[in-house]
Amino acid sequence: MPSQKPTLQAKGIQKFLGSDLNSVHVLRGVDLELMPGHSYSIVGPSGCGKSTLLYLLGLLDRQNEGEIVIGGRSATHASEVERTEIRNMHIGFVFQFHFLLAEFTAAENVMLPMSKLGKRSPEEMREIAFQLLSEVGLGNKVNRLATQLSGGEQQRVAVARALANQPSIILADEPTGNLDVNNSNVVFELLCRLARQHGQSVLMVTHNPDLAKRTDFVLPMKDGLFVEDEKS
Amino acid sequence: MAMTLSGIVFGVGFFIITQAQTSGFERFFIRTILGVNGAMRIQDKLQDTMRSMDAAGPNGGSGFQVKVTDGKKYISGVPYPQEISNAAKKFNEVLGVSEVVQGSARIFGNFREMDCKPYGIRLEDHVGVSDLSNQIVLGALKDFRQKRFGVLLGRPLAKKLGVSVEDPITLQASGATMPFRVSAIYETGIEQIDRARIFIHLPAARSLFKRPYGASFIQINLTDPYRAKDISPHMTEVLQHHVASWQERERSWLEVFKVLKISAGVTVSIIIFISGLGMFSTLAITVMEKTKDIAILRSIGYTQSDISQIFLLQGLTVLVVGVITGWIFAASVTLGVTKIPIRIRGIFSTDSFVVEWSIWHYIVSGLIASVVVLLASWFPARRAAKVEPADIIRGTGG
Repeated sequence: MPSQKPTLQAKGIQKFLGSDLNSVHVLRGVDLELMPGHSYSIVGPSGCGKSTLLYLLGLLDRQNEGEIVIGGRSATHASEVERTEIRNMHIGFVFQFHFLLAEFTAAENVMLPMSKLGKRSPEEMREIAFQLLSEVGLGNKVNRLATQLSGGEQQRVAVARALANQPSIILADEPTGNLDVNNSNVVFELLCRLARQHGQSVLMVTHNPDLAKRTDFVLPMKDGLFVEDEKS
Repeated sequence: MAMTLSGIVFGVGFFIITQAQTSGFERFFIRTILGVNGAMRIQDKLQDTMRSMDAAGPNGGSGFQVKVTDGKKYISGVPYPQEISNAAKKFNEVLGVSEVVQGSARIFGNFREMDCKPYGIRLEDHVGVSDLSNQIVLGALKDFRQKRFGVLLGRPLAKKLGVSVEDPITLQASGATMPFRVSAIYETGIEQIDRARIFIHLPAARSLFKRPYGASFIQINLTDPYRAKDISPHMTEVLQHHVASWQERERSWLEVFKVLKISAGVTVSIIIFISGLGMFSTLAITVMEKTKDIAILRSIGYTQSDISQIFLLQGLTVLVVGVITGWIFAASVTLGVTKIPIRIRGIFSTDSFVVEWSIWHYIVSGLIASVVVLLASWFPARRAAKVEPADIIRGTGG
């Protein structure tokens, strides 16, 4: 691990939510470093700032203070276009709700990030989409519309989509929160296995302590700060 | 979106159809009045106004006169038509000139007598400044050319008098009575003219009106009649006669056509505006319904500009399909309209709808639709681009 460079570094992240008078200090100076091939889980009570931190690290929101470096590029003062480019190249998201485009097939949903990156031909994109869907066990349902898949299958398509551009970081916001136990296990194992195989960092927000314990690092959070590292 | 598309098709189509008709009738009217009264008329000599002033000198006052241009006065008619005609011909734009002696007379036919306005003309000159040769509906100009006392009557006048070609008529004016024979019958389509105007030879007119010299006016034809308005002030200055362009003469009718065109254009454009509103509301609702999809696209790397383009592309698709279909619809209906029989007499004569095929009608309708549709899709597209993915995803996650 020491010889490897971190995929993500966050230093002194502070975030306020709400307007001036009703402003809430959600994150109070969070530091974090993600290494390739490892999985991390953030746990903590509701409202402690887990998801807020995840969205900041995913460059979907801007912190009030602190710095975020992804793939060696500082995103702190980057323009919206640069941040979107970093997100497209380096980050894959999996949300609690699958957020697939209903009018598109499973393969087309997986092809969306590749299509935006614009580095592959349609044939290559289709081939990669088929391969990723096979890896998540949906090789026989690539041409099904998102609405024709079960909840667990839709979440697996979302995992495949998050891996489409071979990002260095997978950010997952309660990826199993909307699934039954079996499907939760399947999706969780998928995320961790693929991340290890592809050398990616997985950062997961979860309320499920059993799943959290199966990640390489558990990061408990309270009142906007990491309080202790339970496992390493 | 289908309703919006239909609105654009019909809006663009009706805009072109109405413009083609109003412009068509306007052009036809202009062609008619140019064929009847020419592009310009030299009439009424300008009278110099000389003002006498006293100037004080060392040995007392002395008188002198200055020419002033304000308070212009005119002497009716053209006293020296030959000189003025020759001078007018020196203008490069002048194609032909025709000296006319005009007056009022009583005309006696077989059973009735009526008032009329005889125009004394030199046939060859007048054919060069009017469309008279194409307006003959009965008889021939050749007969008029050969007969010193031949006369050309308008169709309604001939009908009221109960006379036809070869019939004798009598004109009475200034105490003189002269016999004529109908050489041909013409029709300009302008009822007011066809009912009263008759053409006789210039020498006959001079005898009838006892006017051996001068002319009532000189009718002029131009290489480009549309330049008459620009040339007339210069010609007035040079010839020292009031020169009236057809635009000045027919100002009232031209204003009527202009108002009709604008009114029809504005009315029909409302269809396009309403379609634009429809498109705006459809896209605005789509943006609200698709905020989750927008958020997910943003999270996987689509920029604000990419999101805008999705909605602008929808607008552009409707615009392109709508405008092209509207153009085809308009061209088909415009062509069909020309086949509809309609008898119009009064300010011109036509037996079917007259249309003008102008590329500008198509361009302007396309531009109006473009502005409306692009504005209607730009605002929702802008709103879509401003969707904050974190807010939407956080909200959905509960």
